[in-house]
Amino acid sequence: MNKRSANKKVLASALAALTIAASNVALAARDHISIVGSSTVYPFTTVVAERFSRATQYKTPVVESTGTGGGMKLFCQGVGENTADITGASRRIKQSELEMCNGNGVDVVEVQIGYDGIVLANAKTAEPFELSRKDIFLALAKDVPNPDGSETLVANPYKTWKDVNPTLPAHKIEVLGPPPTSGTRDAFAELAMEGGCKKFDWIAAKKSSDKNAYKAICHNIREDGAYIEAGENDNLIVNKLAANPNALGIFGFSFLDQNADKVQGSVIEGQEPTFDSIADQSYPVSRPLFVYVKKAHVNVVPGIKQFLAEFTNERAWGDEGYLADKGMIPLPTAKRQQVAMDVRKLNTLTNLAAK
Amino acid sequence: MTDMTQTQVRERIEARLASRHRKEKIFRGFGIASIAFGVLAVLVLFTDIISKGASAFVQSQIQLQVNYDPAELGIDKVDGESLAWANFDGVIRSALRERFPDVTGRRDKRELYSLVSNGAGFNLRERLESNPALLGQSEIVWVNADDDVDTYVKSLSKSAEGFLGRTSEQKAAWIRQLRESGELEKRFNTTFFTNGDSREPEQAGIRAALVGSLLTLLVTLALSFPIGVAAAIYLEEFAPKNRWTDLIEVNINNLAAVPSIVFGLLGLAIFINFFEMPRSAPLVGGLVLTLMTLPTIIISSRASLKSVPPSIREAAMGMGASRMQVVLHHVLPLAMPGMLTGAIIGMAQALGETAPLLMIGMVAFIVDVPHGITDPSTVLPVQIFLWADSPERAFVERTSAAIMVLLAVLITMNTCAVWLRKKLERRW
Repeated sequence: MNKRSANKKVLASALAALTIAASNVALAARDHISIVGSSTVYPFTTVVAERFSRATQYKTPVVESTGTGGGMKLFCQGVGENTADITGASRRIKQSELEMCNGNGVDVVEVQIGYDGIVLANAKTAEPFELSRKDIFLALAKDVPNPDGSETLVANPYKTWKDVNPTLPAHKIEVLGPPPTSGTRDAFAELAMEGGCKKFDWIAAKKSSDKNAYKAICHNIREDGAYIEAGENDNLIVNKLAANPNALGIFGFSFLDQNADKVQGSVIEGQEPTFDSIADQSYPVSRPLFVYVKKAHVNVVPGIKQFLAEFTNERAWGDEGYLADKGMIPLPTAKRQQVAMDVRKLNTLTNLAAK
Repeated sequence: MTDMTQTQVRERIEARLASRHRKEKIFRGFGIASIAFGVLAVLVLFTDIISKGASAFVQSQIQLQVNYDPAELGIDKVDGESLAWANFDGVIRSALRERFPDVTGRRDKRELYSLVSNGAGFNLRERLESNPALLGQSEIVWVNADDDVDTYVKSLSKSAEGFLGRTSEQKAAWIRQLRESGELEKRFNTTFFTNGDSREPEQAGIRAALVGSLLTLLVTLALSFPIGVAAAIYLEEFAPKNRWTDLIEVNINNLAAVPSIVFGLLGLAIFINFFEMPRSAPLVGGLVLTLMTLPTIIISSRASLKSVPPSIREAAMGMGASRMQVVLHHVLPLAMPGMLTGAIIGMAQALGETAPLLMIGMVAFIVDVPHGITDPSTVLPVQIFLWADSPERAFVERTSAAIMVLLAVLITMNTCAVWLRKKLERRW
């Protein structure tokens, strides 16, 4: 008898719990900002999210790292509580994505937050390198154009830097870099390798005719030991470079900045990697970082305006802000002021050519 | 004659006896060897995790004489708004400058300020908030050191020169000075148990993930156990044996083997996109894990129902009990221990799962501790994964410490299950 009533009680309370849960769902209006997007922007948005919630009364935004493309899909799904408010992107939004957004009734506010620079560096004890993107491509690609000048590909024959370009030292090609899972590797392939690869007209012509073949030629890195995958830890690469003066390493600019006593950045296309050259885009291996905000959510989800204010505050994205400490290259001061103003006015992005 | 044959038989048996004994010995030897291998593997795993993670339970702290100077803070009274904008970092900086008055130059000063965690200002804010009378006063506080400092201090106990990493020689000199005067100590790391995630290792904690895990498991248990047991009872005791029930059985067995990420996709399509439930919520996580654990619970519940001797049912029927009474009064209590075992195995599986949660947004950076099943949250294995992926060295030990917490939760759950089973078990 007792047991039976106990069973009933359990059943009743389980049902009650379910009803409460169901009613909660119906009532809950989201009170936290939801951020998705690029894993390159993730370290910066999370820092701002944390600081923002500590400095204000708002809940900490929830930040998911979904990749730029995945983030755009979630973000452009539509307007409503179950869609993301902000997405991070390590490239500018594409026309097709903007159309998808607008088609779903999403008005987009663009915020450029800074730059990300990738450097090729070697030990301070060695001679500094002066490279072009073409040199980088020829030294590191899996297949390179036939050195005899014909429009065919051969497996990379170059053993030393001098083979690639007679002005370079006769050192063995030895480059330490991140593994394929890394975003830095993707950006390096896209900016440095592809930049050099495009210099060959017949390869560049493939971009429109056979996009996959073009990508394979430009992005595949050699696997015969000249490129050494050194893991995701950039500190490790820095220490290995210090011990081996003949090797070059690939890592984010922030590590060069913090280890200026041990390593020096190679000059690429005549530009030294410095804070300024990356910020004014004259250094070729750098890319802008963006966050995109859903305008329709701004006064619906609490705190979006204040979050943007924190992001575009000098103490965050300024030259000495905490984002620079985490490795982001700030925008030039004038550009920062302009972006901050646009953000305050919440100017909608309608046409990519406008900027 | 007969004697002869008997002796012959005996001899033959004895001749084979040695080899039979030997075979048994070898078999036992294999058994012991495999158990020893298992124990060794567990020991190695535990030593590795504990030796790496134990140091996460202490944290270097620095003693500072801080002065809550209204001018420095930029406020004249203590209320919500002025506290939000008060310059607590400035207070900490001037305390550091006072401690090391001979540090000049911008670069050196920046170096000096980075001794202390950049979350320390928030600790001061909390202190002032709880005790407004401190405004204008000065007091001695212990604040968390920066993670680079912490890593260096901890490495000093392993080797004499320690691991400098990003710490400069000058900073190391300050640290040595502070240690000698007792102003830098390793103290118990309460932050690890009271905070949610953070991008600064010294401020990161396990609490949000732990609470998230418990909430998710609660939803899973509340749904999957009653549904699973009810389904098992119906299929085993009431359902007719025909093509349809066979089909259902085959499907349940198949579902038990479906990769968990599939359930995540299903959850995204049904619960989030169709029913418009919130992303990153333990409610949705629990629902998805319910789908995942249901087959396990149904299969084990049916097995334990099957193991109840038919004589019990027949005796109850003979006494005039209805089929419902037979099941609820006699069969279910006897099968309960087995069902609980199945449920616990299912829960343990759900506790360690990350793949299905990826799709529904629970693999995320969560700082706030969730208060209900619709608050955004993450779970322990996800927290471990996120920390293992972080570049900061101080996250290495925290990863291992989080694994220790996860194991502790698991052991507690299993102990409960064993205890419940012992209590409920009936022998006949």
